Amino acid sequence: MPIPVMDFTLIAPEIFILLMACLILVVDAYIGDDYRDVSYVLTQVTFIVAAWLTWGSSTGETEVLFSGTYVRDAMGDVLKMFIYLASFVVFLYSRDYLKTRKLFKGEFQVLGLFAVLGMMVLVSAHSLLTVYLGLELLSLSLYAMVAFNRDSAQSCEAAMKYFVLGALASGLLLYGMSILYGTTGSLDLEVISNQVAALENPLPAMLALMFIIAAIAFKLGAVPFHMWIPDVYHGASTPVTLFLGTAPKLAAFALAMRLLVDGLEPLYEQWRDVLILLAVLSLAIGNIVAIAQTNIKRMLAYSTISHVGFLLLGILAGNAAGYSASMFYAITYVLMALGAFGMILLLSRSGFEAEELEDFKGLNDKSPWFAFMMLILMFSMAGVPPTVGFYSKLLVLRAIIDVDLIWLAAYAVTFAVIGVFYYLRVVRLMYFDKPVDTSAIESRMDMRMALSINSLAILLLGIFPGSLIAICIDAIS
Amino acid sequence: MISELPILSLLVWTPIIGGLLILTAGAKGSDGAYRLALVFSLATLLLSIPLYTDFDVSTHLMQFEEFASWIPVLNINYHLGIDGISMPLILLTSFVTVLVVIASWKMIEYRAAQYMASFLIMEGLMIGVFSALDAILFYVFWEAMLIPMFLIIGIWGGPNRIYATIKFFLYTFLGSVFMLVALVYLYLQTSSGSFEVLDFHLLSLSYTEQMFIFVAFLVAFAVKIPMWPVHTWLPDAHVEAPTGGSVILAAIMLKIGAYGFLRFSLPITPDASHALDWLIISLSLIAVVYISFVAIAQEDMKKLIAYSSIAHMGFVTLGIFIPFTIYEKSGVMSGAILGVEGAIVQMVSHGFISAALFLCVGVMYERVHSRKIRDYGGVVNTMPVFASFMVLFALANAGLPGTSGFVGEFMVILSSFKANFWFAFFAGTTLILGAAYSLWMVKRVIFGAVANDNVASLKDLQVREVIVLGSLAVMVLLVGLWPAPLVEVMHASVEQLLEHISNPKF
Repeated sequence: MPIPVMDFTLIAPEIFILLMACLILVVDAYIGDDYRDVSYVLTQVTFIVAAWLTWGSSTGETEVLFSGTYVRDAMGDVLKMFIYLASFVVFLYSRDYLKTRKLFKGEFQVLGLFAVLGMMVLVSAHSLLTVYLGLELLSLSLYAMVAFNRDSAQSCEAAMKYFVLGALASGLLLYGMSILYGTTGSLDLEVISNQVAALENPLPAMLALMFIIAAIAFKLGAVPFHMWIPDVYHGASTPVTLFLGTAPKLAAFALAMRLLVDGLEPLYEQWRDVLILLAVLSLAIGNIVAIAQTNIKRMLAYSTISHVGFLLLGILAGNAAGYSASMFYAITYVLMALGAFGMILLLSRSGFEAEELEDFKGLNDKSPWFAFMMLILMFSMAGVPPTVGFYSKLLVLRAIIDVDLIWLAAYAVTFAVIGVFYYLRVVRLMYFDKPVDTSAIESRMDMRMALSINSLAILLLGIFPGSLIAICIDAIS
Repeated sequence: MISELPILSLLVWTPIIGGLLILTAGAKGSDGAYRLALVFSLATLLLSIPLYTDFDVSTHLMQFEEFASWIPVLNINYHLGIDGISMPLILLTSFVTVLVVIASWKMIEYRAAQYMASFLIMEGLMIGVFSALDAILFYVFWEAMLIPMFLIIGIWGGPNRIYATIKFFLYTFLGSVFMLVALVYLYLQTSSGSFEVLDFHLLSLSYTEQMFIFVAFLVAFAVKIPMWPVHTWLPDAHVEAPTGGSVILAAIMLKIGAYGFLRFSLPITPDASHALDWLIISLSLIAVVYISFVAIAQEDMKKLIAYSSIAHMGFVTLGIFIPFTIYEKSGVMSGAILGVEGAIVQMVSHGFISAALFLCVGVMYERVHSRKIRDYGGVVNTMPVFASFMVLFALANAGLPGTSGFVGEFMVILSSFKANFWFAFFAGTTLILGAAYSLWMVKRVIFGAVANDNVASLKDLQVREVIVLGSLAVMVLLVGLWPAPLVEVMHASVEQLLEHISNPKF
């Protein structure tokens, strides 16, 4: 069957990113260290153009391309736009940090671009093969990025751990996929969905489901597949953590949506129960263990785990309201994580990593403005209005109360209160304690501006969340 | 002409915008911050006056209503409006905030701009709580209000402030998240998916549903009021908070819990409120009797007033939940109206008296830097003007006839007689116990011989302090001698509320 030309125009953003990644790789090889900014600017332009291409070629319709392996739909487009945005911001925030540590190399951008390409493939996957392809492209780029600071033993250890566990998760996923392929005889998620619904004996499919859920949980970082998160977040240099903790979360959400909802919705009853278990554990472990952390990167790592618990709640509601709630949750979480990790980068300077909680002491004395920005971010993560974090929790609660899982809603909010404690501790250090070192913040103006816009956006979206919620609802239905 | 203006929006946003302005403009010098704060708080007070003058006392319907679509996909609206229950509390808020601003005038040494801004932003949020008619809007104001208070206690508080403020935040937050679950549940029960509080009032809910929702609300409001046994955050918060923080906390924040009972618990879950009114009444009486004894034993003046606040709030919850028993006995709701109105009068009156007492302690603390009762004695010798104010407020706190403290307590005791003699008996002990802790404190602090050098070198009130305490004294006496205007505005609303809750919902 010949492939229609139309299919290629619809994947123009992917093709563009691939070409640019190759181009930057070549260009970067020929320019000296003084001109590294060229590859940086090219990368940022790539994201802007890719966003324009995605926007321009978006039809709002669901279109299955390349003989059922690829799909363009509203959900994918929205997620891709936010992946570009998050990556753009990541590179913007990272620039100074990498420069002062002599890590400002073209490979960072190239690996980032390949990771973004992997996310895009994953987000648009319509067959098991494309899912796997996207996931591996993303993961392999991330493994290399974690080890990017090759002189740091900590980074290398983290990369090793990430790689070994990630390979294991990929293996689980492949195993689950092979069983699914064996049972249904197809790689196309839509066909699989129909086949599974018609199965007389769903047992093999359920076995496959367990392996697939394990892999999804690993990528999302849900308990009990979370152990890599704190170590990798802690070990990787902060810009990599920033990248790792933001855009790929959107891709992981898409992974869950594509496999569980597009592919295995007939087994909803089964995966709902497993997801309940994962969510219950993630909320508890994430929130409780975060209290014990003294390193802010580790604290945010555990906080991620608890947020994943909330995100799973939306998916397990099993209806459009739940999926859009989860999508909103993922997007807003990414915005908050960008700000929070960005704040660590802002306070860092040559020879000083602001990664300990203590390093935030007395920030209100040093810079009332950025203390206020961090205050917004922390209260948003805690889910206190008037920040956007409140609405993401509200939407998820609405979704699960609607399917009569009220006990789960009560459970989730109880642990949200426990979570508030460690976010408050950051506020407390900034506002109630005196600073230990009084050196001024050294970051450049563009970084300051971007971080302020980032945090104010959290506040503004908290006051007017309507349009973003509407985008998510439209994208799912 | 005045009724054309969106008065409630102005009341909510004027102080918030003022607060943000102070944050940006006041960073250079603190003088500007004080002036701006005074201008904006006075403007808010002036804007709130039309609420009283243009208020239609003959109707229970919501007045000064404003409606705008806010989050259309969830049908969440920016819906403001007030009735006779919320209007007095809004006036109280704008009045007390002005006094707090004046009382803090040039007293704050560290980041005065942030301090003033916190109070103004909090004022706007509290007015928002009282005027919100959309449940999510209410919840947003309710929670957001915690942030400035958290900072006020934590930044400008006493030595143990961090423990106190985190306890305050976590306690209140824990209470309110369950309310959120209940609100979302109610939203899903409405036919068209609406967060309108008034739609919630009309929902028909089964007995079990009502029980769960009532308990969820109870947790939120009981912590906020606070009722025994979830009161323990309050003494800590009060002792550590700066004077202004204590004043706002006692005068207004505690009232928000009681307001929640009137606006949410009673009308949404009347049958559950009826079934569980024994619980609330018992807790209220425990608060009145037991907490009063606890107050007597205090050595720290702020702690003493904090405990006395809990005891007085016991009267409020008693008055709110007494109607069911009266209705069962007599079959008519009219006898019960006295209890609820008494509770609201008590809320307003306690707003004045607790604010005044905390300000009095603040006056002494600024001079001597101690709140311990034993560090004082014979203050009347060096500060006669102050002493007369303090004695007046202490007497009002003890419920002396002629002061506002008497009116509310008397109305509640009177209506509890109609319900049950023992309710009235235990509630009546407050007249003795309240007098005991208030007057005994006054005796030890104000009267007697000059205790030490600190007291001997005290200087009497400045004009600024006389203005603050004087205006509170006027209000205490005004409400005490002529409560009719206050009772009149709430009458129609309370009547309708009682009418509403006398009909079972299922």
